Amino acid sequence: MDSMFAPSHLSRRHLLQLGTLAAAGALPLITVRPAQATPAMLASAIRNLVGEANIKVGKIRLDIPPLVENGNTVPMTVSVDHPMTPESYVKSIHVFNEKNPQPNVASFHLSPAAGRAQVATRIRLADTQKVVAIAKLSDGSFWSATVDIIVTLAACTEEMP
Amino acid sequence: MAAALVNVPAKAKRGAVIEIKTLMSHVMETGYRHTAAGEVVPRDIITSFICRFNGTEIFRADLFPAIAANPFLSFFTTASESGRFEFEWIGDNGFVANATASITVE
Repeated sequence: MDSMFAPSHLSRRHLLQLGTLAAAGALPLITVRPAQATPAMLASAIRNLVGEANIKVGKIRLDIPPLVENGNTVPMTVSVDHPMTPESYVKSIHVFNEKNPQPNVASFHLSPAAGRAQVATRIRLADTQKVVAIAKLSDGSFWSATVDIIVTLAACTEEMP
Repeated sequence: MAAALVNVPAKAKRGAVIEIKTLMSHVMETGYRHTAAGEVVPRDIITSFICRFNGTEIFRADLFPAIAANPFLSFFTTASESGRFEFEWIGDNGFVANATASITVE
């Protein structure tokens, strides 16, 4: 039995070795899904919101300190320079980021009774990155603002005690 | 357990634009952190915040893990009449918290 199978066993091993080499050559890199959102995810999250509409730059203001020491709590104020009347008002404000695990930060839905289109909160930033705010007006137009922020201590990376 | 802090002016002139500030104590666990043993800490965040004035929704926010712990929100409204603001926070694991504040408009 042994002698009968020995040659085939050898050739099988050779085949396997060849196969492994071939596979290694064909797939030099296996792409690993990143643990953070990518600019492509940011772009698709924005597309999801605006659809085919054109996004204009301006009207909206995004206030975040440009240099952040602690990414765990970053004050952010977003305001839109637009009147708030029942005929024409800011419907919603959406904030996105580039490199947190998820591209969405928050969405705020306003009503004409707001008086002023301004919202403040505190956010987390996992890395030095871009933050994008988009305002949707009642006439269906979209306005955007982008801010680059340097983060020295990133959020989300620390282990639980 | 859920402690809310709400700041609304007690009095305002009719037509004045007033600022409302809210703070809710909550860990806002992102779901992206690991324990030392390598296990993912399950997500536990507040996903939405709603503010109503005399029953009508005036402000709503959808929150994501990128919101810092103890979510703070500040927004504006026009003081049109005296009444009551109702605040509601809704989150993971059946989290619901409420708060109210009254305003007198002259």
